[in-house]
Amino acid sequence: MEVSLAHYLFVAAALFTIGVFGIFVNRKNVIIILMSIELVLLSVNVNLVAFSAYLQNLEGQIFAMLVLTVAAAEAAVGLAILVTYFRNRGNIAVEDINQMRG
Amino acid sequence: MLASIAFYVLAAVAVISAFAVIAARNPVHSVLFLILTFFTAAGLFVLLGAEFLAMLLVVVYVGAVAVLFLFVVMMLDVDFAELKQGFLSYMPIGALVAAALLGELGLVASAAMSADGAPIAIAPAQASDVTNAEAIGHVLYTEYLLVFQMAGLVLFVAMIGAIVLTLRHRPGVRKQDIAAQVGRRRSEAVELKDVRPGQGIG
Repeated sequence: MEVSLAHYLFVAAALFTIGVFGIFVNRKNVIIILMSIELVLLSVNVNLVAFSAYLQNLEGQIFAMLVLTVAAAEAAVGLAILVTYFRNRGNIAVEDINQMRG
Repeated sequence: MLASIAFYVLAAVAVISAFAVIAARNPVHSVLFLILTFFTAAGLFVLLGAEFLAMLLVVVYVGAVAVLFLFVVMMLDVDFAELKQGFLSYMPIGALVAAALLGELGLVASAAMSADGAPIAIAPAQASDVTNAEAIGHVLYTEYLLVFQMAGLVLFVAMIGAIVLTLRHRPGVRKQDIAAQVGRRRSEAVELKDVRPGQGIG
């Protein structure tokens, strides 16, 4: 069966769903939550590139690059916050983070 | 035909390893499965004719982001088995939301498949005599120059933010203080003693 746009959309939908599901079930582990966010952004990238190929338009790939940039920046800042939080508290349990609420 | 087989293999590996990312007990295994997911996604990009983006994915994600995750996972001394508790208690609501999401997105995708009858073959998004990187460059450095520079600004701010967040000043650590070193005077560094013959400084 010839591969079409819809096949790529199905793959991206599966990746997106797995990412959201990962955020739900790993409520305590911030590192896995960050990885799930990366999965969600990756599925968005798959969608953008698939539509770029489908519409014969390169702009989708440009936007995919921008998503990649933001994902890298987000991972760096998120992990830096995580390291600082671990230094202060000694653990990375998400439930205790609400203590920072003023 | 070969492209179809490659697509199905890559798609299956991507989805399975993505599920392994969130289900693995050991976070190091999660990071390794994340790397596998990115690699297979890069393969999918190659199939779509986006070679430059595929290489970017490998370099940026596998080379930088995943290694950063690996560093942090190994650096933090956390009892991950304890963090894994509650996996099953959140499972029903998570499965409900995931099923709803997958159903909706699947409906949209199947609507795209049956929109005009036959499935649409996917072709590379540029003329064959121009490479993908060159074609992206033609668009990126003309129409999207401002956006490109703003992306650089985002990375710059993120870099400064990460450095500021993780920098700490510990007391008692000897560091180089160039101003103090250059500003040293002879009077405060060297002292002349009048030593009597045969007695020493004592």
